[in-house]
Amino acid sequence: MEVARRNASGMHPAERRLDEDALAKIDAITERHHNQPDALIEIYHEVQDAFGYIPEGALPRIARALNISRAEARGVFTFYHDFRAEPAGRHVVKICRAESCQAMGCRSLEAYAKQRLGIGLGETTSDGEITLEAVYCLGNCALSPAVMIDGRLYGKVDPDRFDALVENVKRRAAS
Amino acid sequence: MAARLYIPGDSAACSVGADEVAAAIAAEAAARGISLTIVRNGSRGMFFLEPLVEIATPEGRIAYGPVTPADVKGLFDAGFLEGGPHPLGHGLTEEIPYLKNQERLTFARCGVIDPLSLDDFIAHGGYAGLQKALTLAPADVVAEVTASGLRGRGGAGFPTGIKWKTVLDAVSDQKYVCCNADEGDSGTFADRMLMEGDPYALIEGMTIAGMATGATKGFIYIRSEYPDAIRVMKQAIAMAEASGWLGGDIQGSGRSFDLAVRTGAGAYICGEETAMLESLEGRRGTVRPKPPIPALEGLFGKPTVINNVLSFAAVPTILERGAKFYADFGTGRSRGTLPFQLAGNIKRGGLVEKAFGVTLAELVYDFGGGTASGRPARAVQMGGPLGAYLPVSLFTLQQDYETFAENSAMVGHGGLVLFDDSVDMLEQARFAMEFCAIESCGKCTPCRIGSTRGVEVIDRIAAGIDRERNLNVLADLCETMTDGSLCAMGGLTPMPVMSALRHFPEDFEPRQTLDAAE
Ligand SMILES: Cc1cc2nc3c(=O)[nH]c(=O)nc-3n(C[C@H](O)[C@H](O)[C@H](O)COP(=O)(O)O)c2cc1C
Ligand code: SF4
Ligand code: FES
Repeated sequence: MEVARRNASGMHPAERRLDEDALAKIDAITERHHNQPDALIEIYHEVQDAFGYIPEGALPRIARALNISRAEARGVFTFYHDFRAEPAGRHVVKICRAESCQAMGCRSLEAYAKQRLGIGLGETTSDGEITLEAVYCLGNCALSPAVMIDGRLYGKVDPDRFDALVENVKRRAAS
Repeated sequence: MAARLYIPGDSAACSVGADEVAAAIAAEAAARGISLTIVRNGSRGMFFLEPLVEIATPEGRIAYGPVTPADVKGLFDAGFLEGGPHPLGHGLTEEIPYLKNQERLTFARCGVIDPLSLDDFIAHGGYAGLQKALTLAPADVVAEVTASGLRGRGGAGFPTGIKWKTVLDAVSDQKYVCCNADEGDSGTFADRMLMEGDPYALIEGMTIAGMATGATKGFIYIRSEYPDAIRVMKQAIAMAEASGWLGGDIQGSGRSFDLAVRTGAGAYICGEETAMLESLEGRRGTVRPKPPIPALEGLFGKPTVINNVLSFAAVPTILERGAKFYADFGTGRSRGTLPFQLAGNIKRGGLVEKAFGVTLAELVYDFGGGTASGRPARAVQMGGPLGAYLPVSLFTLQQDYETFAENSAMVGHGGLVLFDDSVDMLEQARFAMEFCAIESCGKCTPCRIGSTRGVEVIDRIAAGIDRERNLNVLADLCETMTDGSLCAMGGLTPMPVMSALRHFPEDFEPRQTLDAAE
């Protein structure tokens, strides 16, 4: 109780918007990395795995634990494409936009995906199912065009296969 | 005895159904009351045949591919477990010309062994290089690497031995070995394949680097786009530790070396070595000015060896078989082999490890079989997104660092992306600028702002606005980027742009508005 109150008084307004449970989760992650500043990127990955995004209040909390400035914590957060400030959809579909996939028609695959899902890159469908993102090479260039869905890699993706894959993940989640 | 099958667990093989094929084969075998062992190996690198199923027979392994779950019943009916003939059969794997005509040193074990089995690794020559290194003085290990002529496989081609010597000679309480496994270049997948298919090879190479330079701690920086490589490398490190191949007192030698994996976070620039160091220290991946060079002041300000996955993985062979053996491959100042990666619009995409000196044409046509679309080839981009676009008339170029440099091109990390005649080279030039704008670390103005200006100028050229003037603006802009950038991101983006313009000027003629999808 004593400890909780002391922490609460030093809290940033954004931190106060997080519940006890969330704060405890964040603290457990930073402690697992011994509050070492060089582990910041690993810490962000784990926070994002736990919450689906990096809540605003996590930044000042982590900054204090690692003894770095809030500006530094924010700077690192905004630098890397992986980290998101908002929850993603239930499934994240990443379309490769790099050269090898371009040679195999990823430009038209991207156009198809946008039209099919009715969203742009970086957006989420209104039912909260799918977030569409750009990625630049997935290391599957011998089997272009490539797509990654929820961390799983797919090769030789044409529009038909794209539809089947998206239907599949939706169904898998529903069952 | 139960039949022994190999079905890759490599993420690219799985991207076209290897898991489903393995499940279908296991189910069919169970239904027929046949017992079999399925090994999930790495890929042989013949991705046009994935999922590739191999059966161990007394004569050697017999290959079938590409196999789909629908083929499985038929394969059993054809007696594939005894190597029986089937339309998907290719005979002995090692006799498939694509593989047979390679010179596999670094990738000799990849796709052959069970990636996480230390016994398999050692039975196939693994750790012989480290054991040799442990009997030598550090300076002698460095001398061996120097004599082999090995140059950095990450792109810049800097002599590995010279780098190691700088770290060895530096005096410090702590030194580090960092592996650059950021592999951001389009058209490349060799690092990923090796980490998934032969992870101990990288561990062995890094451990030798530690022994050679006095570094006791290492990090492998793997891009987050490679979740499978991250998982396999972490498991391999844990198993190597548990068996005394990592940690304190390696195999009773009194020497110690610890290794950890760090995950990137989706920033291409973190493949630049100093940006990678910043990222490893938990900061924004901005490029550091050099000097100081990382070999003297690297990770946490300490002397640090930084090499690409393929550079480290080449070292065990050099130690085991001698510098001369390795240096006997290759041409000119490009010694040894390079794992080339055939990608893009290519019929037989995959990994081809060959000695330097092989020509683009041999890679594109003899190995690659030309375009996948069947249309005429028009261009190759060699060496990743910062590499040049080359026309068919230059496919005669032989692969070595100097020949490519003389032709305003680069070998880079060995990735080759083929395009057929439907490619729009102006659009490719525009993408190079766009990519630079997206991935710039933001430190220098020519790179950060110039790339966005580059996109605009190319759009104006496409629209036929003030054509001559804008072509001059583009050339000036490229010159400013080349001269005024701190690193090769801004410094080399002009290479794909200007090579496209030089070799394919017809695509820069006025046209209708660009594709709205852009
Ligand atoms: C923008 C940029 C991206 C790079 N990306 C990589 C990469 O993904 N992997 C890599 O090994 N080297 C990359 N490099 C080269 C590294 O800076 C460095 O030269 C290399 O890690 C040194 O290892 P090596 O001598 O074994 O090649 C990149 C360089 C630049 C400028
Ligand atoms: S050239 Fe670009 S990426 Fe390289 S240091 Fe400058 S701004 Fe950063
Ligand atoms: S370029 Fe798309 S997977 Fe490499």
